[in-house]
Amino acid sequence: MAEDRFEGGVGGDGVAGRRAAGAERGEAAAPAVWPDAHPVLARRDFLKLLGGGILILFTVPGGPFALAEAQRRRSYPTDPNAYLHIAADGSVTVYTGKIEMGQGVVTSLAQMAAEELGVALEVVRMVMGDTDLCPWDMGTFGSMSTPYFGPALRAAAAEARAVLMSLAAERLQAREDELVLENGIVFLRADRSKWVAFGQLAAGEKIARRVAGEARLTPPGEFHVMGKPVWRRDAVEKVTGRAIYAGDVRAPGMLYARVLRPPAHGATLKRVDVSAAERMPGVRIVEENDLLAVLHEDPEQAAKALESVRAEYEVPKPAVDHTSIFAHLVSVAPPAEELDPRGDLAAGAGKSRIVIEQRYLNGYVAHAPIETHTALARSQDGKMTVWPSTQTPFPTQERIARALDLDPGDVRVITPFVGGGFGGKSAGLQAEEAARLAAITGRPVQVAWTRAEEFFYDTFRPAAVVDVRSGVDQAGKIAFWDYAVYFAGSRGTDQYYDVPNNRIRVHGEWMGDPAGAHPFAVGPWRAPGANTNTFAKESQIDTMASRAAIDPLEFRLHNLSAARMLRVLRAAAERFGWKSAVAPSGRGYGIACGIDAGTYVATMAEVEVERETGRVRVKRVVCAQDMGIVVNPEGATIQMEGCVMMGLGYALAEEVRFEGGNILDRNFDTYALPRFSWLPEIETFQIRNDELAPQGGGEPAITGMGAVVANAIFDATGARLLQLPMTPERVLAAMKG
Amino acid sequence: METIRFTLNGRPTVLEVDGDRSLLWVLRTDLGLTGAKFGCGEGHCGACTVIVDWQAVRSCQLSIRDVLGKDVLTIEGLAQGGRLHPLQESFVARDALQCGFCTPGMILTAYALLLRNAQPSRAEILAALEDNLCRCGAHKRIVEAIERAAERG
Repeated sequence: MAEDRFEGGVGGDGVAGRRAAGAERGEAAAPAVWPDAHPVLARRDFLKLLGGGILILFTVPGGPFALAEAQRRRSYPTDPNAYLHIAADGSVTVYTGKIEMGQGVVTSLAQMAAEELGVALEVVRMVMGDTDLCPWDMGTFGSMSTPYFGPALRAAAAEARAVLMSLAAERLQAREDELVLENGIVFLRADRSKWVAFGQLAAGEKIARRVAGEARLTPPGEFHVMGKPVWRRDAVEKVTGRAIYAGDVRAPGMLYARVLRPPAHGATLKRVDVSAAERMPGVRIVEENDLLAVLHEDPEQAAKALESVRAEYEVPKPAVDHTSIFAHLVSVAPPAEELDPRGDLAAGAGKSRIVIEQRYLNGYVAHAPIETHTALARSQDGKMTVWPSTQTPFPTQERIARALDLDPGDVRVITPFVGGGFGGKSAGLQAEEAARLAAITGRPVQVAWTRAEEFFYDTFRPAAVVDVRSGVDQAGKIAFWDYAVYFAGSRGTDQYYDVPNNRIRVHGEWMGDPAGAHPFAVGPWRAPGANTNTFAKESQIDTMASRAAIDPLEFRLHNLSAARMLRVLRAAAERFGWKSAVAPSGRGYGIACGIDAGTYVATMAEVEVERETGRVRVKRVVCAQDMGIVVNPEGATIQMEGCVMMGLGYALAEEVRFEGGNILDRNFDTYALPRFSWLPEIETFQIRNDELAPQGGGEPAITGMGAVVANAIFDATGARLLQLPMTPERVLAAMKG
Repeated sequence: METIRFTLNGRPTVLEVDGDRSLLWVLRTDLGLTGAKFGCGEGHCGACTVIVDWQAVRSCQLSIRDVLGKDVLTIEGLAQGGRLHPLQESFVARDALQCGFCTPGMILTAYALLLRNAQPSRAEILAALEDNLCRCGAHKRIVEAIERAAERG
């Protein structure tokens, strides 16, 4: 295979290609300098640089965007900030504020543009996460790229096609219904010797036109590019080491910074002595307000200089730790927001043959992307340019502008490939630090967190508590459901079972309201809140099924009428080979289902529990998903597999240990991520549903992993695990009852 | 400063450096080879893996002096003559990556495995990769890609 089968992905400035040339010759290539063909180019200059061609400006369709607008008072732009560009050579460039962190939108968004435009996928280039060039976007999270940005992009591309077809009709002196479009070339149907290419039209006409928002989208039955499995477009760069991440960007004269960190959150600096660092050659020390950093041209020298800094802190006495946190959270919880009240709980309880009341717990979980937070910042001619690993280029731009008292327009964020995010690269602290240091020193500065800093400043998935009380009547129907969640928020609490008497109380959200409830930062973690809620909810359902002596699949089917849920459950059961049995059956089979980001998902698992040690081995996982139209079945499958594997971590091992503001887990020797030896047989599949627009795909399949493993452990042993992660010690304790 | 001579991606290389500096950072800064990644700095994650004398090693745990006179292969040197190595080709064909940050380390660890065992069993592949961390959960496809590359010799 030719190495350059796929052209470079994000950024699109050709940096990868240049470096590769050196690498292929086996030479020690010069450090990668981000090639600034247009370093501080104003938008109008950039447009000039693009030269002839058609710009398509997005307008905002209604629907989902209203939500974004309400939340952020911004939305996908109605002003000329967003576009597709079609060049004279027929190449198409898509500008998106979304970033690529492994979830595959560099491929699926290109598929959408190619499909609606009527061009080959190969001619579409993606420019992602560059605040000077791309339309505003609140960030890449929440499984929203496909369902929310996708429609805007598809509408723009469809409108572009409509414009081009009308231009083609003029050029070929024909009616539009006499034309046929194939891969960017418009033919006269009756005489294929008469044709014109999109590139020719773009070059000749030089127009900019606004999307009306009503262009006809290609229906699924007519898809050529969408709905077909496509290899990752960033794969060749990533297997050759050419893919550029934030830490790989170099600038002439750059310094590497290490920042002094407190030993614990809440600690205050009393005394600091930097004299030893000052004596080290080439070390530069910056002290400004709360920021004390040492910088050097060699990152290891910067690290040594930081080690030489003597700092004395006053550390508050720890108030909570990883065991006492749950009682603390319940005690400081804000009043509940009540959702979906139905019927009469007392009446439901009165009709119940069985009533079950259980409390579910989960500790803090780290994002732990393999790439730590990193950023390079460079100040030049009054403009601050920052290359951060971030999921939120535009909010990061605003954060930097605020910190430096700059106009946001004087800050440019360019997002290289991101080495994993999972919600954890949304805050932008490292980008602000790099920008501040670059402004102070006048040199380009890279801040790359160590693994200990990554754990310390992570915005953990919050510890949370869920109390559920529910009952089953004589007919095996759920008679009532009384659910209270503390600090995981509402995502994943939706009542999709047919429950006449229902109450859902949500105390506090996953982003850590009220402030001070958690001893450190918390934030979004892949499907925020939904992992906690699905664990509690589907464990409770399973408990009811068992007590009612009904097979857990039958119990669910018996209490559901949502067609999409019934379909995914039956599909998963068929693939898994589910045979009816009341749990605990000794087989170690588990089941869980849920709705997340508009997607319905059902998961089944088989586990083996080592009775002497409590060690759980997940042998097989089957996962079925209805996510509406599937844009890239290959990409969707990969996301589902990733969800299953990553989900095993929080199910079985991942938990941040701490004493007050002191984070005890600081590297992978004590914080356990899923490893190759954990790999179960994984079978994932999507259920065709072309009636529905594409729904979220990066998160839904992870939400059931806690519950499906807990339910399988129960089926194997009769022990009900009520706390995540289900470590061997907890499994042993539960088996002893 | 000392003179360190070694072979890097098939080419004789001479450096005048402080020999205590880590192989990882010399590669990533002086030599401009950023395919080896910093992940944990303590040898736990495998993102910095390179090949030294046909063994997969953690470049964050070696000094540049440690490779004196040795043969170092980084991910940048794996493709030959513009053609992907069968492992790279299989990682592409199996979509055996997501964010891609651990990928160079995965490929080079597998490369060392296949050098000493051309037809590894699945259990042997899992064992060889046990200390390479992937957070995106691409494990299944990584294993399949290595099996595919082994089959194709």
